[in-house]
Amino acid sequence: MTSTARIEDLLPELAPQVLGAVVRRYGDFDAAEDAVQEALLAAAMHWPAEGLPDNPRGWLIQTAVRRLTDQYRSDQARRRREESAALRELPGAEPAQRDETLVLLFMCCHPALTPASSIALTLRAVAGLSTAEIATAFLVPEATMAQRISRAKQQIKASGIPFRIPAPQEFEARLRSVLHVLYLLFNEGYTSSAGADLHRTDLSGEAIRLTRTMHAMLPEHSEVTGLLALMLLNDARRPARTGAHGELIPLAEQDRTRWNRPAIAEGVRLAATAMSGGVVGEYQLQAAIAALHDGAERAEDTDWPQILGLYGLLARLSGNPIVELNRAVAAAMVHGPRAGLDLLAPLEERLPGHYRLDAVRGHLLDMIGDTEAAAAHYRAAAARTTSEPERQYLVTKAAKLNQQNR
Amino acid sequence: MPRYMLLTKYDVDSIGAGPMSEWDPDDITAHLEFLRALNQELIDNGELVDMQALTGPELAKIVTFDGQGSPVVTDGPYTEVKEVLAGYQLVDVESEARAIEIAARVSAAPGPGGVPLRNRIEVRQLMGAALEPGDL
Repeated sequence: MTSTARIEDLLPELAPQVLGAVVRRYGDFDAAEDAVQEALLAAAMHWPAEGLPDNPRGWLIQTAVRRLTDQYRSDQARRRREESAALRELPGAEPAQRDETLVLLFMCCHPALTPASSIALTLRAVAGLSTAEIATAFLVPEATMAQRISRAKQQIKASGIPFRIPAPQEFEARLRSVLHVLYLLFNEGYTSSAGADLHRTDLSGEAIRLTRTMHAMLPEHSEVTGLLALMLLNDARRPARTGAHGELIPLAEQDRTRWNRPAIAEGVRLAATAMSGGVVGEYQLQAAIAALHDGAERAEDTDWPQILGLYGLLARLSGNPIVELNRAVAAAMVHGPRAGLDLLAPLEERLPGHYRLDAVRGHLLDMIGDTEAAAAHYRAAAARTTSEPERQYLVTKAAKLNQQNR
Repeated sequence: MPRYMLLTKYDVDSIGAGPMSEWDPDDITAHLEFLRALNQELIDNGELVDMQALTGPELAKIVTFDGQGSPVVTDGPYTEVKEVLAGYQLVDVESEARAIEIAARVSAAPGPGGVPLRNRIEVRQLMGAALEPGDL
């Protein structure tokens, strides 16, 4: 008898490798996935009683291929494809096991797909979540999510994306889209902690797990390391980020004893490793900033001058106006609120009517003591945000200032 | 992805199509078939979260209560209200632009003689969770 716990750990790890191997041989993502699901089910039924086979991965691939060929055989029209697939097989050319997971990630996060499709497909094919779990996580009916996943698979099929590691000249660009999808997945989970539903899948946890896998496969890549560090450092603050009723608690007011220390220690170490890599990327810089926040024992200990410097680098690298907003906050902390307001002025054109611009302006005016103008900007921000916890936060800010003004 | 509520407002006066019960039956069939096909397309796209048609204003009740005694319940229809909420679709889409595109198609659902009804579709984004982490 083999412990059920060990099998439960092993199957999710093997699933993407097996799926990768089967897709590589047959090229039919949809059918391959069904076959792999059946093989996993068979393993879950047989292994606890019969013990692990000598080569669990080989057993799963063989079982899945058998299911697949059974299915093909029952369909005359598909038979020819089976034969041509068998011809394509190169005996003895089995690539490294982990490559299969990496190739699968590259395929699921192909730039031809929308980010939403990539996220759904990655959770299904690589993370091994059920369609029902993914649907619950994104608050849509299961049928809706099933359609989204099935469309993504069809798009992959139609685009004829070859199932292999991207060629060297396109590797970096393709890797960027994988990291972007993982980053979006993380944020989806990180930001939905408000009104926490215990039955919702922990999407941040899944994103961290997948990024860890990426990091294990590409340990020298400093942006992969940077992204893993960034996720760990942000996730470490999650327990302190919302109050008992899901209300937003800003960084400066969080109870830092509730931060996850082991995650911070790992994140800080990874961020340092990433920064020593030479090439500087956006995730590394964001991780370095997060590390400075997480390393401050009290809010007033925050190393704002260094954060300001890092935001300067990040702004030049990304050209993202939201980064400029954060830079303005850091400038206010170092040089005073008027310096921050000066940096906001040129953003009026780049972020017209964006609630965050109003929120930051309200914050800086509040620091100056212009409570009336601050309240007006908080109100404007509250009217335009699409986030319920943020709206409550901004409305309350405005209301408190109004009370002072009376 | 952002979620939008597409609220179909039906205004008997401004539309000029009259109540559906007075339409040519074939026009009613065409109208319903158009909406059915559109919703099926949204389901196939993985975009439709929910859709419902509402009963008419004749069955509506308005309830007000000050917390003392009994609530006040007023029966519809309300002659002072010209615009009626006929139904809604809840969609989960890539962008606001896509929500507007869907709303435009709902608005152009055919009425009598196949002429687009041009119903007013109100597009409202649902509140979501907090956005990406920042320094504030």
